[in-house]
Amino acid sequence: MPSAIPSRSSPLPGFGLSLGITILWLSLIVLIPLSAVFVKSLSHGWGAFLAAAASPRALAAYKLSFGAAALAAAVNCIFGLLVAWVLVRYRFAGRRLLGALIDLPFALPTAVAGIALTALYADTGVIGRILVPAGLPIAYGPAGVVMALTFIGLPFVVRTVEPVLAQVSNEIEEAALTLGASRLQTFFRVILPTIAPALATGFALAFARGAGEYGSVIFIAGNMPFKSEIAPLLIVTQLEEYNYAGAAAIACVMLLISFAVLFLLNILQRWQERRFA
Amino acid sequence: MTAGLREPPLVKALLIAGAVGYVALMLLLPLGAVLDEAFKKGWQLWLAAVTEPDARASIKLTLLVAAIAVPLNTVFGVAAAWAIAKFDFRGKTSLVALIELPFSVSPVVSGLVFVLLFGAQGWFGPWLQDHDIGIIFALPGLVLATVFVTFPFVARQLIPLMSAQGRTDEEAALTLGASGWQTFWRVTLPNIRFGLLYGVLLCNARAMGEFGAVSVVSGHIRGETNTMPLQVEALYNDYDFVAAFAVASLLTLLAVFTLALKSALE
Repeated sequence: MPSAIPSRSSPLPGFGLSLGITILWLSLIVLIPLSAVFVKSLSHGWGAFLAAAASPRALAAYKLSFGAAALAAAVNCIFGLLVAWVLVRYRFAGRRLLGALIDLPFALPTAVAGIALTALYADTGVIGRILVPAGLPIAYGPAGVVMALTFIGLPFVVRTVEPVLAQVSNEIEEAALTLGASRLQTFFRVILPTIAPALATGFALAFARGAGEYGSVIFIAGNMPFKSEIAPLLIVTQLEEYNYAGAAAIACVMLLISFAVLFLLNILQRWQERRFA
Repeated sequence: MTAGLREPPLVKALLIAGAVGYVALMLLLPLGAVLDEAFKKGWQLWLAAVTEPDARASIKLTLLVAAIAVPLNTVFGVAAAWAIAKFDFRGKTSLVALIELPFSVSPVVSGLVFVLLFGAQGWFGPWLQDHDIGIIFALPGLVLATVFVTFPFVARQLIPLMSAQGRTDEEAALTLGASGWQTFWRVTLPNIRFGLLYGVLLCNARAMGEFGAVSVVSGHIRGETNTMPLQVEALYNDYDFVAAFAVASLLTLLAVFTLALKSALE
């Protein structure tokens, strides 16, 4: 926990007031409510906690939520790098529009994204009409979950890779070229290792967001228990059955995994800072 | 710049085409789908759908929730950025990490925490019931969930900006005899106005569009506790697709407006 010891070097007023507001608001809105999840999940003892948090249905839901989030984040690493590369390195008509569009998943409400994707990929939709007869149904199954999370995650990768890619200096590339490396060799041996931490950070951000995502997924997923039911939906189902402790237990598992990812992110960011130090 | 440092024109064209094609397929097409579905049966039906009483109530509720939640988080964001950017203290890094915590919490869990506190079987549930105070399935619950979800937006925009600006401007103002508040209003605020606007804009977009967190605390009473995204879901589940996409098209306009303003601010 932060302790309030202001440095004497700052003569500005308002330290106590601003830090006071910050810690009060943080505690009231975030810390105390979040601690309720952990306390409530254990309200019926460890046995009940494990029965809810590790039930076969919950395990299937974690597997889908985290598996689909990892797959979608991996797809976004490939296409996000491509988009970031094009945005940073090339000048072409429509580049600004492309840059602005990338943030659409941040700005578009998730429920809207969910029904729009469903409209496209259901068997009557523009894309579904082509894919469903070809034996590649996407809507109403796990593939729909991956599709929705791919939509949600793209800006995380593009926005973390972009600034780092812009920093890669021409000199390193020139040096590689002078030493006889081909363009492709330069990319894989020089540029890719330099941006690897940023790419990993983007992956982690997209993964964390995807694992907890709800609004864009539930319309397209089909929501069949054991098959296409994501973990956040299972929490909602438990709540609707007034099983607060069960909902809290599943939420607990999700929170702990998110915190672990967050911790990993911190290490990644330090790794990245060291690279450019 | 040597020629070998650039990709051959064909490779470059292919890469651009790949990026543009991917973004068009993944992002532009869903955007078009919303508008297409909303106006499929003509604009009269669209107009009827967005002016129908329950839709109007949902629009009003969404505006009200955002009008409460966004200013709260703006004040918090400015205070947090002031403390973190202008002063040095121990535990700063952990404080920043805690502020950003809500970003890594599932929206459903963000709503759940308030049900566990204030719901019928929650910690304060019986007491609230005895005193006839409604938080869950009422406006206060919607506001709390929205504040939680949009908590970091303004702060995370301002912290790096104000850290980069340092404190020399403020120190000069104080030396010249300005009071603390005068310094804030006349020096700091003008310096950060674009960053602040940007943060408020993103905070507002998320506040109006939030679905998972408010879905858990709303109770889904049409005309009363359904915000616009919840109304979209309710209509969609009724198979009233034209109306669902009509309300969704309003939210889409909000998103496009946010992106346009954001790109103008950059």
